[in-house]
Amino acid sequence: MEGYGEEELAGRMGHAHPGNIQGLARKAFVGTSADGVLRSRPILSEPSFRKLLYLSGIFAIVLLLAILLSLIAASVPAIKQIGLSFLVNRVWDPVAGQFGSLPFLAGTLLTSLLALLIAIFFSLAVSIFLGEYSRTGAVSSVIKGVVELLAGIPSVIYGFWGLAFLVPAVRYVEMRIHVAPYGVGILTAALILSIMIIPYSASLGREVISLVPADLKEAALSLGATRFEVIRKVILPYARSGILAGVLLSLGRALGETMAVTMVIGNSNMLPKSIFAPANTMASIIANEFTEATGKVYLASLVEVALVLFVVTAIINIIGKIIIIRMSVER
Amino acid sequence: MKERSVYKRILVDRLFKALVICLSCIIILPMFFILYFIVRNGISVINWGFLLSLPKPMGEAGGGISNAIVGTVILIVIASIISIPIGTLIGIYLSEYKRGRFPYFSRLSLEILQGIPSIVIGIIAYIWIVVPVGTFSALSGGVALAIMMLPVIVMSTEETLKLIPDTLKEASLALGVPYPRTILKVVLPAGLSGIVTGIILGVARIAGETAPLLFTAFGSPFMSTNIFKPVSSLPLLVFNYATSPYPDLHALAWGACFVLIVFILSLNLIAKMVTRRWKVQF
Amino acid sequence: MESTVLKTEDFGAGFEDNEVVRSINLSIERNKITAIMGPSGCGKTTFIRCINRMHELVPGATSSGKILIDNENIYDMDAIIVRRKIGMVFQRPNPFPTMSIYDNVVAGYNLNGIAITKADKDRIVEESLQKAALWAEVKNSLHRKGTFLSGGQQQRLCIARALAMYPEILLLDEPTSALDPKATAHIEELVVELKNSVTIIQVTHNIPQAARISDFTAFLYLGELVEFGPTEKVFTVPRDKRTEQYLTGKFG
Repeated sequence: MEGYGEEELAGRMGHAHPGNIQGLARKAFVGTSADGVLRSRPILSEPSFRKLLYLSGIFAIVLLLAILLSLIAASVPAIKQIGLSFLVNRVWDPVAGQFGSLPFLAGTLLTSLLALLIAIFFSLAVSIFLGEYSRTGAVSSVIKGVVELLAGIPSVIYGFWGLAFLVPAVRYVEMRIHVAPYGVGILTAALILSIMIIPYSASLGREVISLVPADLKEAALSLGATRFEVIRKVILPYARSGILAGVLLSLGRALGETMAVTMVIGNSNMLPKSIFAPANTMASIIANEFTEATGKVYLASLVEVALVLFVVTAIINIIGKIIIIRMSVER
Repeated sequence: MKERSVYKRILVDRLFKALVICLSCIIILPMFFILYFIVRNGISVINWGFLLSLPKPMGEAGGGISNAIVGTVILIVIASIISIPIGTLIGIYLSEYKRGRFPYFSRLSLEILQGIPSIVIGIIAYIWIVVPVGTFSALSGGVALAIMMLPVIVMSTEETLKLIPDTLKEASLALGVPYPRTILKVVLPAGLSGIVTGIILGVARIAGETAPLLFTAFGSPFMSTNIFKPVSSLPLLVFNYATSPYPDLHALAWGACFVLIVFILSLNLIAKMVTRRWKVQF
Repeated sequence: MESTVLKTEDFGAGFEDNEVVRSINLSIERNKITAIMGPSGCGKTTFIRCINRMHELVPGATSSGKILIDNENIYDMDAIIVRRKIGMVFQRPNPFPTMSIYDNVVAGYNLNGIAITKADKDRIVEESLQKAALWAEVKNSLHRKGTFLSGGQQQRLCIARALAMYPEILLLDEPTSALDPKATAHIEELVVELKNSVTIIQVTHNIPQAARISDFTAFLYLGELVEFGPTEKVFTVPRDKRTEQYLTGKFG
């Protein structure tokens, strides 16, 4: 197209058009290239933009690895000094230089599993209710709203409420059944945790249950099954992996939950002997002692606790996600 | 014989339904309890003095939460400035590159990041920022919150952009619009409501976070706008006052809870409205 | 000016290991309507998307041979420029949902950051909408978003949007397949009028449509250009047996 004059260009650009595009473009904004066709100044050239996107894609991976490596690096003083006995030693006494994290592993497991046990019934009920019995309507909107609300309440508020309401209540019950009336302890923490994790497994459960194909349900019903039997024999087996994934994700959430647990668990570094005893979880020991930690090994031990927490929750989350992905592939 | 067993089955069916409904309704109880506590205890404390004045020293009556409110805002702003641009870019990346090894690992990393306990992220921010800088600071708190906000923004951006039909992109490309401009001026605006919703929900999530701030922002009884100094925040204030032995401070903590809950609920409502009003239909 | 505006020389295209079209040799005449027809899967959409270099946006896309516009190989030019000289209208109407009708028409300028005065914008909008036979229906709602328009109106809006760039060639990829018969008739009338200002290449599934409106017809089958010539000749005295079979509906 080189060598054409403006008239020719006008003719080529738009055959019936009186003006031409070049006349329309203000020179400040736009340049014209050798072939006489408009070229706008690019915000970013395509290769640089794509490079930017690639970089951002890698960013997440790099961030994760950086977190893992930082945790490992900061735990090194403790790992070097204490080694593997860190995980099985049952004495945590910073003053004496003893750092065994077993009490916290136990505390975490006990509270989380107990919370899960309590929560499963409720979240399964809510999933079935919202996914099968009542998918639309006023009642289901209310319950959906409540579940969403519960998920949005910050942990520290749960903890405060626990202190103000649950702890006295549990204390009352403990006095009645002649157990040491701490009020705080594993049971209380598990109760609060269960309320906090119900929304997660409930929403996921509801989704998978409502996605069970209608023709399967109708086939069962047409054979004379009651609704309960359809739920038990068709819906739940079909939605099994989704429900399991929801449970795993809830577990992951419970393991890492910090504030509410810290406020009602009683802050004791001894291995808990019963569910009524005060204790500490991995998260709560960090919350309680990190700012007071003096000495390299003390600090590094707490970071090591964080590292264990990180690894455990990461594994559980990955397993949960793999189950979800497998589910969607199967369909 | 046959009739009785059918009768039994129907009975079981009815009982099960009743059980399910019962359990579902019991869920409502904790929520009402919590809200009741917050409203009853919190509302009596709320007045302009409360919102606008600084906390009094321990043991003295009165005082307010103005520094906590300001601190929360500062932390949210820092976290947003860091996480929104990066998060949006990652979201664009993931929606443009659906297959491949890097997108897969990127997504996996984000899933894991989302599941990291908030206190661990607090430790990371401590290691990365508090230690080099030398003091607790709003900046470190903001960074911790940014790491927590990032996956939320990425996922909502990706989901939103995935819903935009390819033909929109093609229409723009066919007009000779270069690829970067197509993304920034056609695709992103079409998905704006979803992206904004994601940001609002991300803010709602970090507004109530305490654990990551325990040893980053750390909390402070003073009003501060210096990002290199410790800063107070509503959740931190609730934690500190709630665990103190003074009933006066407990009352203030309820007030702070009230403000916090109102804030978070409003954000959720606004997010819903944004989706309803602004969502672009195809 | 030469009468041939576009020429393909031994052109082929496909995906990875799968060749969709091969050895296409075609000459498109200026200011005429050329229809490209053929059964599903014959490669006509792939081919037409090569002309404005949209095909290469798909990962794994391959192509060989030359496509010359005014004797210049489009692969030697910047793809952006090619797409501004050759406009496209898609099967399903796709107006930009966040923009008003007015902004949709001048989207090509706005998005590219090409600054033009408001007066010129108004002129382009009116002219393009007139050419697309949509002006009368929307002139009082130019600042509303385009999504309230019917399917046929939306498609005409997309045509106006493409025309606003004053392209040399307009590619239409089955533009009426998603529209009802009345809207289809409107668009067909419009296309016939348009050839005075722009060259039209239309992919169509619809044999009677090709017969009605096109000046030249190319018949593609299984990726090969089986026949090409003036529409009247191709439809009345096809040279290839396969063309005849297709036209008489022996296969679709």
